[in-house]
Amino acid sequence: MTDKFISIEGIARRYPGAGGGETTIFEDLWLSMKRGEFGCVIGHSGCGKTTVLNILAGLDQPSEGAVIVDGQAIEGTSLDRAVIFQSHALLPWRTVLGNVAYAVTSKWRNWDRARVKAHAQKFIDLVGLTGSEHKRPSELSGGMKQRVGIARALSITPKIMLMDEPFSALDALTRGTLQDEVRRICLETGQTAFMITHDVDEAIYLADKIFLMTNGPGAVLAEIVENPLPKDRGRIDLHRHPLYYAVRNHIVDFLVSRSKTFAATVTDHDPRNVPVVRPGKPELVVAAEAEDSIEASWPSVARPSTSA
Amino acid sequence: MTSSLRFRAAVVSIVLLAAFLGIWHLATRSTGAVGNMSPEYAKLMGLTATQGKSAMPGPLDVGAKLWEHLRQPFYDNGPNDKGLGIQLGYSIARVGFGYLLAVIVAIPLGFLIGMSPLISRALDPFIQVLKPISPLAWMPLALYTIKDSSISAIFVIFICSVWPMLLNTAFGVAAVRKEWINVARTLEVGTVRRAFTVILPAAAPTILTGMRISIGIAWLVIVAAEMLVGGTGIGYFVWNEWNNLSITNVIIAILMIGIVGMLLDQILARFTRMVTFPE
Repeated sequence: MTDKFISIEGIARRYPGAGGGETTIFEDLWLSMKRGEFGCVIGHSGCGKTTVLNILAGLDQPSEGAVIVDGQAIEGTSLDRAVIFQSHALLPWRTVLGNVAYAVTSKWRNWDRARVKAHAQKFIDLVGLTGSEHKRPSELSGGMKQRVGIARALSITPKIMLMDEPFSALDALTRGTLQDEVRRICLETGQTAFMITHDVDEAIYLADKIFLMTNGPGAVLAEIVENPLPKDRGRIDLHRHPLYYAVRNHIVDFLVSRSKTFAATVTDHDPRNVPVVRPGKPELVVAAEAEDSIEASWPSVARPSTSA
Repeated sequence: MTSSLRFRAAVVSIVLLAAFLGIWHLATRSTGAVGNMSPEYAKLMGLTATQGKSAMPGPLDVGAKLWEHLRQPFYDNGPNDKGLGIQLGYSIARVGFGYLLAVIVAIPLGFLIGMSPLISRALDPFIQVLKPISPLAWMPLALYTIKDSSISAIFVIFICSVWPMLLNTAFGVAAVRKEWINVARTLEVGTVRRAFTVILPAAAPTILTGMRISIGIAWLVIVAAEMLVGGTGIGYFVWNEWNNLSITNVIIAILMIGIVGMLLDQILARFTRMVTFPE
């Protein structure tokens, strides 16, 4: 059991549907993560990703099943599990420092003012907001607001950091910088993190394990992709790594076609033993396959060398 | 640009005021002696008959009288002759008490209604029925049960200012963004602390708007209430001066009611600005 820091055990979420029936968003979902791992869930809208995260956070309850974190079944929200919200969710009447300090005083209620301030300041510095402590959220850019959200989540030194598409509302440049920050912080502190995203590259850059979910309703966890890229991967040369496209193509293929057809084509899917895929060496084969398929479906786009 | 706009607006305001006072003065001035009449009769009838003066006081009469009142706002010559300051003081005190009582009741109750869908639905029919009742309709009941006209007036102020505050508080509390509540939940913030650190600041602008509407209504109602209960207060003053046929004093009272109402509104507006946060 020690290797399962987070263990989601057979959870389901159903909503009362029209006409007395029930709509099952997902059911019999099993998923586990080790301490210090970074997990990303990818799937189309409506597959229940956010619900899974909310259940992990304790903001939502599963209709069936349980979630065990660090050997204990979770019950409601906890300061052990910090959430970074998609909409940053800062309290607009508090300053940057006030927002982070609010979290700090929530965790350590008997700390005096100076100690709270010093602790909050440490995390504001960590996300690179030194000098903006006394600004209000309305005076910050989207990226800076999300930095405050990250600082607030980190400041309570949680066991797990839960992120619900934290960067999806940001422009590409800011998103890149913040991904770097999050990766640096998670590596430095050995933080366990669970993140929901739509962005395949983000998942490949950040995650150790990528969980692929099929389309809802009735979504299942189809497979777990283990990221074969080295731990010290950098944003700049990520796409040059020989395995990068193997992983990327695998995930994109899943999202484009297999996420729809999975339920119909795979009949022996065992939700308790989801296949773990590690897209490996044969990236050349994948490339060749891709070329073949391009030529097959697009004869006119044949490469100059073959058409000559 | 804005300062020049403000300046031009001020000029237009002053011109309008001057024009109004001018027309008023012209319309009510004396037109000279009219006909011959016995001096005794003329003395009896006053300027209205002898000089063709309108029964309506002109701006100069009102100004002179106003100056008289302002020089001695707090004199007290018995029950029917008290200074304007004393009368306004009584009215403001009654509004203050009734309004404070309404705040004490409406804001906690509004919190409860906003936070609990059950209580919200359970109380809704009562609120819907009680809200449209004219506050003065409560007056006989209040006089009968309380048996004190002054406290009855305070009760009437209470009942008329409680509804906007109650409904705005309930609405503001119920409309607090879910994500802010979720932040508090993920930080394991207890119910009481959550109410004070998240819900109250988030709902404060809406609550203050309700309080601002309430103070306006309370000030409207106090005049009518005091006309009914009598004794003291600016409403009673208006009615008393009407009985004395002193239109000058009635006009002064009207002006004072307007000014005090404006000040009360401005105070609440300032509080509202203090709690409003930009998003």
